[in-house]
Amino acid sequence: MLKIHDLSRAGLAPFRLDVAGGECVVVTGPSGAGKSLLLRAIADLDPSVGQVSLDGIEREAMAAPAWRAQVCYLAAEPGWWADSVAEHFTDWPAAAPLIERLSLPLEIGAKPVAVCSTGERQRLALARALTRQPKVLLLDEPTSALDGGARAAVESLLAECRAAGMALIWVSHDADQARRVATRRIEVADGQVTEMELGG
Amino acid sequence: MSYIPLSLADLAIAGLLVLVNGGLSLALGLGIERRLMIAAIRMVVQLLLVGLVLQALFGAASLAATAATALAMVLFAGREAVARQERRLSGWWSYGLGTASMLLAAGVVTTFALTTQLRPDPWYDPRYAIPLLGMVLGNTMTGISLGLTILTGDVSSGRAGIEARLALGADRYQAMLPLVRKALRGALMPVVNGMAATGLVSLPGMMTGQILGGVAPVEAVKYQIMVMFLIAGGTGLGATAAVLGGVFRLTDHRHRIRLDRLEARRG
Repeated sequence: MLKIHDLSRAGLAPFRLDVAGGECVVVTGPSGAGKSLLLRAIADLDPSVGQVSLDGIEREAMAAPAWRAQVCYLAAEPGWWADSVAEHFTDWPAAAPLIERLSLPLEIGAKPVAVCSTGERQRLALARALTRQPKVLLLDEPTSALDGGARAAVESLLAECRAAGMALIWVSHDADQARRVATRRIEVADGQVTEMELGG
Repeated sequence: MSYIPLSLADLAIAGLLVLVNGGLSLALGLGIERRLMIAAIRMVVQLLLVGLVLQALFGAASLAATAATALAMVLFAGREAVARQERRLSGWWSYGLGTASMLLAAGVVTTFALTTQLRPDPWYDPRYAIPLLGMVLGNTMTGISLGLTILTGDVSSGRAGIEARLALGADRYQAMLPLVRKALRGALMPVVNGMAATGLVSLPGMMTGQILGGVAPVEAVKYQIMVMFLIAGGTGLGATAAVLGGVFRLTDHRHRIRLDRLEARRG
C-alpha cells in the first residue's frame, strides 16, 4: 500500500520501506535518533528527497493536502488551533462513538482545549485523525501520556483499524507495547533505518 | 491666505525650550543632554535639507524628479518597516516584501487621490504628490510592520496548531487563515483607533498646519478627512499585500511551514 524508496532528508539517511494494508510497523530507537523526522518526511511536512507512493500513485502526483489526508501524521504533542475541543472536529456528533471508545466523556466537546489533560488531548487528537479515515496513520508515541486503561483502549481501537485495512507506522518507546502491537519493527539510530526481527 | 512668517530669531527663541530640557537633564542627572542636543540638531538639519529639496522640486515640477523623490521615500520607508520587526524573513524577502507592499499601497492610493479627487495640474504636481505620499507612507509603514510582526511571531509560536491542520489535510491558506486574520486586525487597529479619536483627542498635524497657514478650518477639515480615508485605504492594502506575501513565503508549494525562512531571533 505505502511504498517508500530511498527517502531521505536532513538528519535521516535514505531508507526503503513497504507497508501493506493491515500491517503495523513499530519504530523504535533512542531519543533524537530521527524517528519523528522519519514520520514527518513520509507525511511531507518537511522537505525530503526520494519516492513515496500510495496504492501506486506517487506522492508528488497529488496535492500535498490530499496526500496528508490519506497518510495522516499524529504528532507526539498534538497541536490545536481553536478554543473548544469540538471546533477541531468537522462533525463532533459523528465522532461520538470514537470519543466513547477512547474512554472520554462526550461533554468534553464543549470544554476549552486548554483545560484538558495531556492524556485527554492525546486521545482527542487520535480521534480527530481517525474521523478523516486515513489509509495510513503515522503515530508518534500516541500513548505516552496515558494510563493502563486508556492505553488499552487506544491499542484495541487501533487494532480494529488495522483489521479494517489501515496501515500503521507507530513510534513507541515502550518495548512491551511494541511486542503487543507490532507486525514488523524498524530501528532508527543516528539517522539510519534498519528493519529488525520481531522481538529482537 | 495669510500667515505669519518666522524669522531665524523666532526659531532661536523656541529652541531655548530644548536648552531648558538640557539644563533639566544636567540638574537632575538624567544623562540625556548629549543625545537631546544631537537629536535637536539632526532634526534642524534634516528638516532644512528637506525644505531645500522640496523647494527645488516644486520649482522644477518635473515628473522624473517627482518620481525619483517618491521612490526614495518608499525605499527609506521599506528600510524602516524592516528595522521595526522582531523576527524578519531571511534574505532579500524581508526588505523586498515590505518595500514592495508599500510601493503598491502608497502608489495606488496616492495616484488615486491625485487623479480623481485633488486633480492638480499636472496631476503629479509635487506640491500635492509629495506631502500626500509622505502621510500615506508613514501610516502604511506602521500597518505593514505591525502585520508582519504579528504574523511571524504567531507562525513560530503557533506552529504545532498550524501543522496539526496541515497534517489533517488542510491546505496552507486554510491552515494560516486564523493568523492572517489576527495579523490584519492588528495592522488595522491603529487606523480604526486613529479615526475614532481624531478631533477629540488629537488635532492632526496636517490640519493644524493648514489652519496656521490661513486656510479656513472647515476647508482644512475636509482635507484631513480625505487624508484619513487615504491612510485607511493605504494601510489596508499594504498590510494585506505584506501579510499574504508573508504567508506565501513562510509556506511552500507542498503546503509545509518553512520556519527556516525566518531569521533567527535577534539577541
